[in-house]
Amino acid sequence: MSNLRVPTMAELMASGETAEILFWVGCSGSFDDRAKKITKAIVKILNHCDVKFGVLGTEESCTGDPAKRAGNEFTFQMQAMMNIQVLDGYEVKKIVTGCPHCFNTLKNEYPELGGTYEVIHHTQLIQELIDSGKLTVQGGTYKGKKITFHDPCYLGRANDVYEAPRELITKLDAELVEMKRCKTNGLCCGAGGAQMFKEAEKGNKEVNVLRTEDALEVAPEIIATGCPFCNTMMTDGVKHFEKEQEIKVLDVAELIANAADL
Amino acid sequence: MISGIVFGILLVGSFGFFTWNVWKIRQNILLGRELDRTDNPKERWRTMILVAFGQKKMFQRPIPAILHLFIYAAFVITQIELIEIVVDGFSGHHRIFRPALGGFYTFIISFIEILSVLAFVATIAFLARRNLLKIPRFTMREMVGWAKTDANLILFFEFLLVTCIFMMNGADEVLYSRGLSHAENLGDGSFGFAVTQHIGPAFFGGLSDGALHVIERIGWWGHIVMVFVFLNYLPFSKHFHILLAFPNTYYSNLEKKGRFTNLASVTNEVKLMMDPTADPFAAPADGAVAEPQRFGAKDVTDLTWKSLLDAYTCTECGRCSSACPANQTGKLLSPRKIMMETRDRLEVVGDNIRKHGKEYDDGKSLLFDHITEEEIWACTSCNACVQECPVNIDPLSIIMEMRRYLVMEESKMPSELTGMLTNIENNGAPWQFSPTDRLNWKDE
Repeated sequence: MSNLRVPTMAELMASGETAEILFWVGCSGSFDDRAKKITKAIVKILNHCDVKFGVLGTEESCTGDPAKRAGNEFTFQMQAMMNIQVLDGYEVKKIVTGCPHCFNTLKNEYPELGGTYEVIHHTQLIQELIDSGKLTVQGGTYKGKKITFHDPCYLGRANDVYEAPRELITKLDAELVEMKRCKTNGLCCGAGGAQMFKEAEKGNKEVNVLRTEDALEVAPEIIATGCPFCNTMMTDGVKHFEKEQEIKVLDVAELIANAADL
Repeated sequence: MISGIVFGILLVGSFGFFTWNVWKIRQNILLGRELDRTDNPKERWRTMILVAFGQKKMFQRPIPAILHLFIYAAFVITQIELIEIVVDGFSGHHRIFRPALGGFYTFIISFIEILSVLAFVATIAFLARRNLLKIPRFTMREMVGWAKTDANLILFFEFLLVTCIFMMNGADEVLYSRGLSHAENLGDGSFGFAVTQHIGPAFFGGLSDGALHVIERIGWWGHIVMVFVFLNYLPFSKHFHILLAFPNTYYSNLEKKGRFTNLASVTNEVKLMMDPTADPFAAPADGAVAEPQRFGAKDVTDLTWKSLLDAYTCTECGRCSSACPANQTGKLLSPRKIMMETRDRLEVVGDNIRKHGKEYDDGKSLLFDHITEEEIWACTSCNACVQECPVNIDPLSIIMEMRRYLVMEESKMPSELTGMLTNIENNGAPWQFSPTDRLNWKDE
């Protein structure tokens, strides 16, 4: 049992309360054992800062992103419309999510289907909390550590969010080292476009291995990212090179939660 | 007089042929599906000026960017000299603007000469990059046959063009110093052009008057004939980008790159399915009966006109493919090849329609005959190709349209994806987990 406070929107509504922001957990954050830790790190930060948030819990469903990228517009739009009905039922205005794929879909593809919300990525929310003084972080264990940030495609190129995660890393008094391909030139981890759910086509290398090589070149102690899928791919890449003892793959939310000793 | 007539025929003929071919390309592009890209003209002009005119995205890779800038600047500025050549060609004058413009004339031609030297250097560097250094993106599997020849031909044309300019000005300089040039003699003994006042005497100083006249005319006619040839070569070449880069960047996607289109036809269906009061057997409202459109794209006519414009704009530089994660890891997918195949197929479809009418079907299609399913499924939708393109071409939208066709029209996809889609439909997650377990993480 953990002592996380995770109210569902239904519970909040029943007790007559409202949430300032909805935390969209996403499928990976809900079901993947590694990603669940990221989810909990985000909740710890939200709890620590007394953010009035709610989750949809069992009422949440896939945004439809992997269906859309796989070419199945029907499944995507069915998911989208059902989710919009749920979101509108709770009069959701603002959404934070830990997954850049959910982030992109909710932010860019839902409005045309009738669901218009302010959608932010968790790194942007954490930055807001720090900027408003609700959260203070010092380097702690990460002070002076060499950290490189892998840009998730759907956060970076797809939505031009490059600075929020980097600013959080510099808040840790860590040494942020950039890979040769970063920001707009960042190389994909290999999971996007529904690749996460299928075998790669025939080639001479896996994309995540190539990306991990980029990371190894700058010899980091930590590879930070902001996407549960990137996290999986980079973790596998590090294992491929048998470097898991020296290099940790962590989400920016985990870095912040650990540094703030939450 | 006779040369004036020959010149006139060449000029009219080459512009006529060029216009005809451009018209055909326009027709081909308009075979694409509708798409509104007329919003926000201010931002569109800004994008065009920065990306096409200012070549902003080229400078991601500084060395080719600078070399390319030399050729681009020389090309643009040489158009000024071309005005004089055209006026001279018709009127039988020689260097008609020189007496009137004086020192400004010397400045302009000197500027052209200096840029031409830089363009000459760049052309040789580009030929070396393609043929000696064999830069990887110029030697990928799609860069064989015509694609390779086309690239080298353009550089060879540029080489000839610049050579002609220096033959013309160099020989004329020596003739002028001997008082024999057909240009009006201003009694100054030299044109004073930055480059040819030195290389003219150095190369041609020892030649006879007659030989000089011949060289000067070869340079003059060679130059203008090369211009006509080049102009008419454009519509058949990847080099057409020098014109289409401008409209193509104007009509760029101004939305976030992550935003994919929502198929409106699907939206209507889904709304109908979710509306409990909807009568599934109701007759559609008047005017609502549109010709049923294919979901996604099987052939070029299923793509938007912007994708088709993209295809004609592509100059096959390969930056997209060299940035593509699938391509870098040895998969078949090459975004450049997607663009090249689209253009090749569109040329055939356009010709077929002009010859046999709109309904003609040659039994082939872009997908399957030109682009394989394996290529389409290798994409990670990371947008690196879109980001990289110096003229804002979007290969990803073509790939996505083809996935839509495969999945929604033919139910053809890697089997794991079938499972993933079934999971989403049945339990609201791409994996086989029960929706009732969604919040279990809270207590673990």
